[in-house]
Amino acid sequence: MMRIRRFAILLALIATACSGQRDRRERLEFWGLGREGEVVAEMIPEFERRNPSIHVVVQQIPWSAAHEKLLTAHVGESTPDAAQMGNTWIPEFVAVKALDDLTPFVAASRSVDRRDYFDGIWATNVVNGTTYGVPWYVDTRVLFYRSDVLAAVGFPNGPRTWDEWLEAMRRIKAEHRSRWAILMPTNEFEPIEVLAMTNGSPLLNADGTRGAFRQPPFAGAFEFYVELFRRGYAPAVSNSEISNLYQQFAQGDFAMHITGPWNVGEFRRRLPASMNGKWATAPLPARDASAPTGVSMAGGASLVIFAASKHKDAARKFVEFLSEPKQQIRFFELTGDLPARRSAWSAPALAADPHFPAFRKQLERVQPLPKVPEWEQIASAIFDRGEAAARGTSSTTAALTALDAKADILLEKRRWMLSRKR
Amino acid sequence: MNAETRAALLFLAPAMLLIGIFFFAPVIAGFALSLTDFDLYTIGDIHNLRFIALRNYRELLGSSIFWTAFGNTLYFALVGGPLTVIVSLGAALLVNTRLTRYKAFFRTVYFAPVVTTLVAVSIVFKYLYHPRFGVVNRALGHIGLGPVDWLGDPRFAMLSIIILAVWKGFGYTMIIFIAGLQNIPEELYEAAKIDGAGPWGRFRHVTVPMLGPTFLFVGIVVAIGQLQIFAEPYVMTMGGPLNRTVTAVMLMYQQGFKWWRMGYAAAVAFILFLVIGAATLVQMRFQEKR
Repeated sequence: MMRIRRFAILLALIATACSGQRDRRERLEFWGLGREGEVVAEMIPEFERRNPSIHVVVQQIPWSAAHEKLLTAHVGESTPDAAQMGNTWIPEFVAVKALDDLTPFVAASRSVDRRDYFDGIWATNVVNGTTYGVPWYVDTRVLFYRSDVLAAVGFPNGPRTWDEWLEAMRRIKAEHRSRWAILMPTNEFEPIEVLAMTNGSPLLNADGTRGAFRQPPFAGAFEFYVELFRRGYAPAVSNSEISNLYQQFAQGDFAMHITGPWNVGEFRRRLPASMNGKWATAPLPARDASAPTGVSMAGGASLVIFAASKHKDAARKFVEFLSEPKQQIRFFELTGDLPARRSAWSAPALAADPHFPAFRKQLERVQPLPKVPEWEQIASAIFDRGEAAARGTSSTTAALTALDAKADILLEKRRWMLSRKR
Repeated sequence: MNAETRAALLFLAPAMLLIGIFFFAPVIAGFALSLTDFDLYTIGDIHNLRFIALRNYRELLGSSIFWTAFGNTLYFALVGGPLTVIVSLGAALLVNTRLTRYKAFFRTVYFAPVVTTLVAVSIVFKYLYHPRFGVVNRALGHIGLGPVDWLGDPRFAMLSIIILAVWKGFGYTMIIFIAGLQNIPEELYEAAKIDGAGPWGRFRHVTVPMLGPTFLFVGIVVAIGQLQIFAEPYVMTMGGPLNRTVTAVMLMYQQGFKWWRMGYAAAVAFILFLVIGAATLVQMRFQEKR
């Protein structure tokens, strides 16, 4: 008897579950990465209020696993409708044909205004003339420096050219203003990349089939980089050998550091109060006085729509929503990520801040890294060879030859594919 | 073919079919994949696939990271493997002596690490190894040693992982050793005792030879497991510092799923397959001789 009753209850439960109100809204799946994936959830109620027929489901993915997960999802045909994606990954996902062509959407959209975006940042989303992503937030590198130290050697606003930069470093070292003039961890390739781009190097040849490392623009920048170690301006240490960047910056171990926007918040939080007003940010120094600033890398994340999505219209609405200047500002307030649109930068939190305007200035002079899927592998060779040269175990000529050779091996498939097309 | 052979083949067929599908087919497919340049571009368009014969292997054997990874893996196996065998044999002897009370309790305690989740304990060990707040360094501090940067120092990183792996794995081999010990007839020990053999003599001349087959089995199982180490360094060090903890499987994972160079990764896998096969063969030969 008991058993029959339980069975009846179970049946009743199943029946109610089936007849229960189904969500009739269109289900839009969005993958957000790391902290951004967490925070975007807070912006969704507003979007759903404006679009009652769409329900956004956010899946949060840690950055460390994101790249593999997105690629695997594509191969396994289980991509979401839209996602956040590091903008340097876009060429790779274009190569596997995972992304939807957004060119017509952008041309027709009233919300996504191409001219409002920083050119270098926008360019990261364009592969062979086709737009595959809309920038969400940006990331680039600028010079962080001890303003007290730089003022003492005559550059209160930071060095503006490479000559001034070298002079500042020479004096810092000669007058013992700090232990090292600049910190450039040897396991980071970004400093070499931005120096090379500042010196006019395209890094790879025009169709991305061979390295351009032995050519004068890159070679010159590489020489400049290695020279900083040779002259003792920079210590040849890797990131893991630096126990506490902030403490060492505060106690005068080094006076300059090339790093990104996340460190604005970190410097404020972690530097002792005595350092207030003693550090500043500046755009990267230019090669010479003919350019306003140096050239930095166009990093950040974009919003993409997957080719396999069945909810592209809803996805486009969502991309438009997140791209609105108002939402860009809201997103900055929630995450500290810098907006990709110029109009969002008029927000007082950014414009009146002492440290962000340097980024605003730098963003006008940023360049995408070479748009080939192999770039990350080539870049890891750059720091590997850069480290060897900085530590003096390899001559710069040998390092550059090795780099070109490595790039040529990695890009062999591209050469073959291009030769077949012809 | 007579009726008897036919019947035998019929009975063998299901097993052969399963082995064929789940062993021979994947191995052949993996080898075939390793002769191509299957990569990102191939996912986009299958016409971008090329047969490149042994180029993946040539490139691999010429790359320094490959030798680093295999060197690290061998280091791990050659230090961690014997250590696992010694620790587990010791634990088995302890648990198995007649003097020990609460045998079941100790067996369970020693076996417990085996059933824990590898990723979870790797994270826990990461905390234990923390240079400043970790328990290990606190304990060392009390006796005036350290602090040691267990996972950050190139000299210690692999050793730290070996300690974790031994702790995690010895319980399993201990159970096998206990089973082997219990199969040794008591009379042999008694006879040896009468002949005047002390504890060491009995261990050396009764226990060790009688455990021969168990040693073979344990040796092979441990070697196979150790050569495939991946999760511990993946969770704890990501291959660093200075590539000291990049292992063969991790190299395969990086090439295959990070850069999506499937052909190249398959070549790594195939070489690892050969190495494990060779290690197994060597052990079997070695045991046969004894």
